[in-house]
Amino acid sequence: MALVKVYVNYKKSILNPEAQAVNNALQRLGYEDIEDVKLGKYFELTVADGKSKADLDAEINEICDKLLANYNMENYHYEIDETEAAK
Amino acid sequence: MKFAVLAFPGSNCEMDLYNAIKDIIKEDVELVPYKSQSLAGFDAVLIPGGFSYGDYLRSGAIARLSPIIPALQAFAKSGKPVLGICNGFQILTEAGLLPGSLQKNVSAKFICKDETLVVNNDHSMFSSAYQQGQLITLPIAHGDGNYYCDQETLKELVANNQIVFKYTNNPNGSVDNIAGITNQQGNVLGMMPHPERAVEDILGSDDGKGVFQSIVKHIKSRGVIYE
Repeated sequence: MALVKVYVNYKKSILNPEAQAVNNALQRLGYEDIEDVKLGKYFELTVADGKSKADLDAEINEICDKLLANYNMENYHYEIDETEAAK
Repeated sequence: MKFAVLAFPGSNCEMDLYNAIKDIIKEDVELVPYKSQSLAGFDAVLIPGGFSYGDYLRSGAIARLSPIIPALQAFAKSGKPVLGICNGFQILTEAGLLPGSLQKNVSAKFICKDETLVVNNDHSMFSSAYQQGQLITLPIAHGDGNYYCDQETLKELVANNQIVFKYTNNPNGSVDNIAGITNQQGNVLGMMPHPERAVEDILGSDDGKGVFQSIVKHIKSRGVIYE
């Protein structure tokens, strides 16, 4: 098994008012050195063995394009962690 | 003529639409569950507002994978009218039937109030009952109503006259004050405001009636009842 960690976040041009609210809260807590907050989504996909790295890459990209991220407003990247899934 | 009103898990405006068509517009109407796979026999499809699938992942992102969607896509491709309101608009963008997407309101607040719109295109099959430049008042009720598209797409929307309704006092941060757009062919309209909640005086306004009257006029003037 492999554990795939997918991170989806807003593109730079997209306003993220929820993250802004979080940042405002951080400022109220006194963390004045925090300059910016982004608030995105994180997915963990547990994938069965049997696919080559290239095929798995292709599949994860397809999953992100089709469902997990909206290309109009979001970017994504992912990490494949084979040790984590083996635990 | 006969309207279909789609109903997804979490839709909450389907009965408003159903009653607006049945009691005010006085045309045939039927609720079509999301599990259905056919839209045969219908002349127009309405996609209601609400929170399909709890807005999980993104508004409309899960609903567009429902069994009814391939039939909806074929229906839209055939040129028949499809109207998505609020969550219906979000579903249409996620399904690739309309360009752009709906983001969180700039204020990060859910906004529920009346808004004044200007009719920006009175030639569409959804707005011909209005006059160009006419001001109408419709309620909005959304958290993710901030229409976004890139500059290139916006240029196309303007060039093809796809922007049907605009806000006069942009409540949510939408690009170019957009409240409702059609696809390039002009037979799919998505709009955030709720015309079905403004169809009789007792509701505070009947300015929304024109959207449905326009569809009826379009279908009947063609002299063709589909299928």
